Amino acid sequence: MSESVRFHFDVNGQSFTSAGQASVQVKKNLRELGIAPDVIRRVSIAMYEGEINMVIHAHGGEADVEVYEDRVVIILNDHGPGIKDVELAMKEGYSTAPDNIRSLGFGAGMGLPNMKRYTDEMKIDTELGVGTKITMTVRF
Amino acid sequence: MTVRELSKALGCEELKLPEPDREVEGCYCGDLLSWVMGRAQASQAWITIMSNINIVAVATLCDVSCIILSENVMPDDGVLDVAEAKGVNILRTADTTFGAAAALARVTGNE
Ligand SMILES: Nc1ncnc2c1ncn2[C@@H]1O[C@H](COP(=O)(O)OP(=O)(O)OP(=O)(O)O)[C@@H](O)[C@H]1O
Ligand SMILES: [Mg+2]
Repeated sequence: MSESVRFHFDVNGQSFTSAGQASVQVKKNLRELGIAPDVIRRVSIAMYEGEINMVIHAHGGEADVEVYEDRVVIILNDHGPGIKDVELAMKEGYSTAPDNIRSLGFGAGMGLPNMKRYTDEMKIDTELGVGTKITMTVRF
Repeated sequence: MTVRELSKALGCEELKLPEPDREVEGCYCGDLLSWVMGRAQASQAWITIMSNINIVAVATLCDVSCIILSENVMPDDGVLDVAEAKGVNILRTADTTFGAAAALARVTGNE
């Protein structure tokens, strides 16, 4: 079945105070759809990490969430600098976050590894100077 | 044990308690947000010295039962309002993170 429920969000790259809003909203929406708590947790945490990355590393972007009968698909799209070495970026502890961001508690280099860990599939399409698209799937 | 009972038992200051009757099950300590995101379990109490607005989103998504700010850390402006709106409990203690965790283990019989 290809019918799906879709949510779209613009992720503001200027503001740390609103960062995470889309993920918190998705959590709420999924709860209203009666999705299992474990799935909601995995989706919203993976999406939060991606959302924060778009704010910190890519001046914001767009998030789309598609809910199917057997899975949730999260698509994060930004027009930031791109990721030079994806394999390196995926390593736990690797971070290019500047000091002012670290003082907020980000920059552990755990975001991308968390996204991988909490989802069943994760695909990163990135091009230097063009942007990054991350597609994640969580199955029920 | 509920968050309110825990707060009383530890002598915490109740900065915001929109969900006082939530059950506390164990505890996670940490200040690096994506580390906490990856490790904290639902219903745990989260002890941290981080005081900026992002702790509310992390607490919401991890579904922890409360945030306990250790070392008498004061949350930034606006944090408590957002916590109220999102139903996130925030307590504060003068104790260290270790001291608060040890006390929590004692009072919840989790030693
Ligand atoms: N959307 C993106 N655009 C450009 N670079 C990115 C993007 N997402 C991640 N990166 C790069 O990959 C690195 C690792 O990302 P990851 O999320 O794992 O860690 P972090 O964001 O630095 O810290 P943390 O997520 O623990 O707060 C980042 O430091 C950054 O260099
Ligand atoms: Mg990150």
